Amino acid sequence: MKIFAIKPLRCLIVALFWLGIWYLAAYRINLPLILPGPVDTVKALIRLAQTLDFWKSTGYTLVRVIVGFSVAVILGAALGALCHFFALAEIFLSPLRTIIKATPVTSFIMLVLLWVAKGQVPAFISFLMVLPIVWTGMQGALSATDRNLLEMGAAYRFSFWKKLRWIYWPSVRPHFMASSMTGLGFAWKSGIAAEVIALPAFGVGSNLYNTKIYLEREELFAWTLTVILLSMALEMLLKKAVGRVRGGKA
Amino acid sequence: MELVHVTAGYPGKTVFQDLCLQLPDAGAVALMGPSGFGKTTLLRLIGGLLRPESGEITGIQGKKISFLFQEDRLLPWATAEKNVALVSDEDKARYWLSRMEIENAAQYPAQMSGGMQRRVALARAMAFGGDILILDEPFKGLDEALRERIAGRIRDVFPLTILSVHDKAEAELMGAAIIQLDQ
Repeated sequence: MKIFAIKPLRCLIVALFWLGIWYLAAYRINLPLILPGPVDTVKALIRLAQTLDFWKSTGYTLVRVIVGFSVAVILGAALGALCHFFALAEIFLSPLRTIIKATPVTSFIMLVLLWVAKGQVPAFISFLMVLPIVWTGMQGALSATDRNLLEMGAAYRFSFWKKLRWIYWPSVRPHFMASSMTGLGFAWKSGIAAEVIALPAFGVGSNLYNTKIYLEREELFAWTLTVILLSMALEMLLKKAVGRVRGGKA
Repeated sequence: MELVHVTAGYPGKTVFQDLCLQLPDAGAVALMGPSGFGKTTLLRLIGGLLRPESGEITGIQGKKISFLFQEDRLLPWATAEKNVALVSDEDKARYWLSRMEIENAAQYPAQMSGGMQRRVALARAMAFGGDILILDEPFKGLDEALRERIAGRIRDVFPLTILSVHDKAEAELMGAAIIQLDQ
């Protein structure tokens, strides 16, 4: 199957395959209220894209997700490092991580609604969902750093920054990248779930909620498609950003 | 330099019990002995990488020690030149890499043979400089002709060189006095 060796072509074929399945399923059911087809969805998306409300809602959601995700990545990385290097920090902070991980996202949303303005809830929820993922990922990656290389660095009197730049960062980067990617998916899902419950004035989640109320299935699919496209774009940007600050060849 | 009643080892395993050993302050000394007799542990003790559980090591305080590990321990994401320059400077790195007959210093360790990687690690230890050079099986993976050439270039550079070897010929190449570890 030589044709599958060419990546763009492979992607196109796979996308067409699944679009075909979707189209056939919608055609077979023939009830747009249950399952709108891809053509209706794209039409709805074009219709939505002509309104200011669409761009404002998408923009607000994007900002909320990026803010929540970014703060979680920075703080998660810092906490991961702190817990790796200081046993006492691990003893005191690990219960907090366990609680955040175990608490249902809806409980957090309800709780956070009492603390902050409803427009800020989604960012806060995204932050809370991503934090333990990056934290755990960073801590695990630091623990997995090659002991032999660290000993070599100590023997050759590497400064703290040299160790960070030439031993820790290249070792940690793939794990950090993987946990950030996982976190990004969670940031979208949890942020939009928070919008559905908190109902801020503008937001994809608020619009998703409205589609449920008014039984607008094409719009529901169109908003979902928007989120998927934005998520993919953000993931690509993140990959490029991390690639730029990579250590040497790593 | 002296090891006075040193007991040392790793968690769950004592390698030396009440070891007393005197080493010269200058020249070259080769530790010889079968595998598992603690040559590497002894080098790590002298190099300050392993602390004795009891006893003390005198004569190394304040001295700069350059250590060639048994494994090459090169950074896989850095070129040969960068690996060496990280412990010294670029001029010294280039000098010692050429002395170790590394022609393409822009290569990454994974692109090099085992022998080449060993020579990069040796170049790094030499470029670091200092008072004491510790070499754990320095000629591992090098053919005989290369061993002779390399030994000629690294002997007598440091005031004191301590190395571990498997055979007498390697000690002779370095002009080292032999200490047999067998009891």
